[in-house]
Amino acid sequence: MSATGIGAPVRRIEDYRFLTGRGTYTDDLNQPNQAHAYILRSPHPHARIKGIKTAKAAKAKGVIAVLTGADVVKDDLGGLPCGWQVTDRHGKPMVEPPHPILVSDIARHVGDQVAVVIAETHQQARDAAELIEVDYQVLPSATSTAAAAKKGAALVWDQAPNNLCYDWILGDEQAANAAFAKAKHVAKVDIVNNRLIPNAMEPRAAVGVYDAAKDHYTLHTTSQNPHVIRLLMAAYVLKLPEHKVRVNAPDVGGAFGSKIFHYAEEAIVTWAAKKVRRPVRWTAERSESFMSDAHGRDHVTHAELAIDANGKFLAMKVYTIANMGAYLSTFAPCVPTYLYALLLAGTYTTPTIFCEVKAVFTNTVPVDAYRGAGRPEATYVVERIVDEAAKVTGIDAAEIRRRNFIPRDAFPYQTPVVVQYDSGDYQSTLDMALKQSDYAGFEKRRAESAKKGKLRGIGLSTYIEACGIAPSAVVGSVGARAGLYESALIRVHPTGSVTVLTGSHSHGQGHETTFAQLVSERMGVELKNIEVVHGDTDKIPFGMGTYGSRSLAVGGSAMVKAMDKIIAKGKKIAAHLLEAAEADIEFKDGTFSVAGTDKKKALAEIAGAAYVPHNYPINELEPGLEEQAFYDPSNFTFPGGCHVAEIEIDRDTGVVQLVNFVAVDDVGRVINPMIVEGQVHGGVAQGLGQALLEGCVYDADGQLITGSYMDYTMPRADHLPTLKVSTHNTLCTHNPLGVKGVGEVGAIGSPAAIMNAVHNALAPLGVREIQMPATPERVWRAIHGARRAAE
Amino acid sequence: MYAFNYHRAKTVADALKLYKKADDPKFLAGGHTLIPTLKQRLARPSDLIDISGIATLKGVKVSKTAVTIGALTPHVEVATSSAVKKAIPALAGLAEEIGDPQVRHRGTMGGSVANSDPAADYPAAVLGLGATIETNARKIEADKFFKGVFETALKDGEILTKISFPVPEKAGYMRFDQPASRFALVGVFVAKFKGGVRVAVTGAGPCAFRVPAMEKALSAKFAPEALEGITVPADDLNSDIHGSAEYRAHLITVMAKRAVAAAK
Ligand SMILES: Cc1cc2nc3c(=O)[nH]c(=O)nc-3n(C[C@H](O)[C@H](O)[C@H](O)COP(=O)(O)OP(=O)(O)OC[C@H]3O[C@@H](n4cnc5c(N)ncnc54)[C@H](O)[C@@H]3O)c2cc1C
Repeated sequence: MSATGIGAPVRRIEDYRFLTGRGTYTDDLNQPNQAHAYILRSPHPHARIKGIKTAKAAKAKGVIAVLTGADVVKDDLGGLPCGWQVTDRHGKPMVEPPHPILVSDIARHVGDQVAVVIAETHQQARDAAELIEVDYQVLPSATSTAAAAKKGAALVWDQAPNNLCYDWILGDEQAANAAFAKAKHVAKVDIVNNRLIPNAMEPRAAVGVYDAAKDHYTLHTTSQNPHVIRLLMAAYVLKLPEHKVRVNAPDVGGAFGSKIFHYAEEAIVTWAAKKVRRPVRWTAERSESFMSDAHGRDHVTHAELAIDANGKFLAMKVYTIANMGAYLSTFAPCVPTYLYALLLAGTYTTPTIFCEVKAVFTNTVPVDAYRGAGRPEATYVVERIVDEAAKVTGIDAAEIRRRNFIPRDAFPYQTPVVVQYDSGDYQSTLDMALKQSDYAGFEKRRAESAKKGKLRGIGLSTYIEACGIAPSAVVGSVGARAGLYESALIRVHPTGSVTVLTGSHSHGQGHETTFAQLVSERMGVELKNIEVVHGDTDKIPFGMGTYGSRSLAVGGSAMVKAMDKIIAKGKKIAAHLLEAAEADIEFKDGTFSVAGTDKKKALAEIAGAAYVPHNYPINELEPGLEEQAFYDPSNFTFPGGCHVAEIEIDRDTGVVQLVNFVAVDDVGRVINPMIVEGQVHGGVAQGLGQALLEGCVYDADGQLITGSYMDYTMPRADHLPTLKVSTHNTLCTHNPLGVKGVGEVGAIGSPAAIMNAVHNALAPLGVREIQMPATPERVWRAIHGARRAAE
Repeated sequence: MYAFNYHRAKTVADALKLYKKADDPKFLAGGHTLIPTLKQRLARPSDLIDISGIATLKGVKVSKTAVTIGALTPHVEVATSSAVKKAIPALAGLAEEIGDPQVRHRGTMGGSVANSDPAADYPAAVLGLGATIETNARKIEADKFFKGVFETALKDGEILTKISFPVPEKAGYMRFDQPASRFALVGVFVAKFKGGVRVAVTGAGPCAFRVPAMEKALSAKFAPEALEGITVPADDLNSDIHGSAEYRAHLITVMAKRAVAAAK
């Protein structure tokens, strides 16, 4: 291993600019003669717009234009498209309502876009927006996930009876029932996977620029995938040819999934820029982020697990209601289906699994992928019910997992839920985590806590997840309206430095470092001579972007393919220069040499010859040294591992404190262990947020109660102990690097571990199920209720 | 934020004059309550009269019997003053827990007490220690100062100038954080004087209030167990997603016991 190659804990190259305030974010991209947009949003969860008067606003100081849904209709703009079509249990496509960028008839959630004011300053735009008179007829609203499909619930869309978007199944319920009939024990859980609000540090922003001379549009935006935005916005909303549209996602300050999707504001500023012939900019205020960024999770689930006399799992049945919000956000329909049910085998050999998912519309912000997307929800179901199984069988929580693990020699392993795992070693990650967390010594620590009047609990999560969703043909056959490959272009400059153009956008993941390390190792080029470029559709080849922990497994593999092409071409050039047979040329550490001789040429010399082809096989080979590759994976990758959480509960207040956390993850080959550790840290902090703190609350009237940091609880440094993070890696067998992915494992594995610990602490009091977030009052009530019941 | 006229007052008299002249004015101290309110367009004053430069309203004075703090003294000064730490450590400790370093460097005691946010910390100390609030016009006893949600005995245009806290034998403050904002969901200040014990609660009701039953019990015996079984009825307490009235009522007793245990 070199000091900067694969496996080296290189400090992040991008951090210098981030930490010294020199990043360039969308909001930093001021344009000459720019105007400011302010979006007027619905204050009601559900209301008919009977009339809208904009004359006063249009005349207000500094106002350039006021646009409403009527203008959208007049200009024949399309709605925001959904990128995935789920087909229901009867073979019917999901209900797919329109998603206009400005509503003209009915507003369907608090925060829905009703009008836009464009003015000389943000303040003027906002002042003028207060002068718009909207005549709302407030309609009954539905916000509760559990109740949306019940009789009497208000309808969000007339075309969706019972608010059902789809009723989808996977597996054979009859077969599952037959297995349950033979069970010795049945474990049951009723769980809520709480709705989360993403809260990236940088709020969403968009700047639209129209160049009349060239009839060309530029959108600068906070996006994880600029090409996807260009495709969706140009082809479906604005109906423009793509060569007329450039989308640029510069530095992006965190996203966690929330910046995958195509949002109305992106299309609004681009459209408006042409209408007013001025650059138009918009940056969300924090309270706008709360009510307009796609939310995450929001499931209500009943699950049952059949177990035999030896503690072996026989079958599982899972019934989930998933909240879509008021509209279908870009990838919303696939999250509770293909990213959820396919993971329900977990790390276990459960032979029969049935899953039913009812997706419902509600008068809430659209719900879509959020760090983990479907896999945290699946993990939570599986790992909670396995703990319940331990309880009903009387088998230790670690032991029952061991008895049901897919053995390490059983890979590739075909699960009953479509996917085939390529590699894993769940036994070892469990054993290592148990040792590092001193699982054996827990009862002693419990007794010590009890002496201080505190409850203590320990919890495991031996999770699995799936990254790099693939292959394109398979996802296409189940409804994806996009491919899931990635692109890379490697440009070796004449003097041997390298530019890497990648479709994998970086917004906190450290790609500029990891990818450079990868290229450095393969090409033998020093880090300082490598530049990683992403985010600008005018520069990079068509790429699918960053989500689902796919960047290294898919984007990195594309780079390897492109580098292989460079090396193959370099060998041809070297063979010519060194007067040797191509087959005798070896490439190592940046040098091409003739096997068994001391004849060699450095990569820079080869590049020089390629760009100055004086002595060059010009009849067989094109000049230049630049190669592009698209990589379409043949399977998902399957990171997994074991998280162990230990918590203490203050009996008097119900406060849960995480006191110890161990993660032993299998993320495949590690390129940069420091970045891997950092990704796990961030993920665990978000997992702790979901387990103990965060929860989006709508009141009975459909108002968003947790609309600011005064009410939405974010994890903070003092919530976390020093995390013990390590890896035990098995290699992915189907991509060239053997990498799996690490961006989401922390958020996927940890909530179940923490909640299993909470349940473990409360079990002696007779508490059965406590939902996330396990807030102080909830826990206090659980203790108090249990105490009362005991009296 | 809506547009407003900005004035910087040099003296109290200056501030009062500017206030009288304006349409719908507001005093601006540290701005850490007022500015967020303006940013959210929840208030629309015509004029802001910035009093933060009035030197006579700043500073801490400690005598054997009282700690007197100027209205414009930022929280950090109370938190770090060695004299306050010695005389009333619970008061310095309370200031230390307010917000974050930025808030503690900008926010002032006068602004906090004049604002009477139901979840603010200082009102518990003011009432718990039986402080005297001084204004440009008069002195007001703590017991007559807090009137309701964001409501105090201050008249329109009256400037809080300083607060004088009697030095107790012992005092303690315990706060249970509202998880999101980290203001007080429930905060309890207990102070033991020669003549008896005072107990004041913040966060739980519309404004800070005393708990006579606890005061009586603690006057008889200043120990956590003296509070066993003494609860505040939940009926009039605040209730929100972070804490029902019942939970808050429970926490008052828990925090009161802990404040007694921690009293120094
Ligand atoms: C992020 C954050 C966290 C916070 N956390 C806490 C916390 O944990 N606990 C807590 O108690 N507080 C907290 N606060 C509030 C903080 O303590 C405020 O600074 C303080 O309450 C108000 O003081 P100020 O000087 O900023 O007042 P300003 O915002 O300037 O004024 C507040 C109000 O009081 C009036 N006023 C100010 N001074 C006077 C005076 N001398 N005479 C008459 N009227 C006056 C003003 O006109 C205004 O109406 C927090 C604030 C923020 C922003």
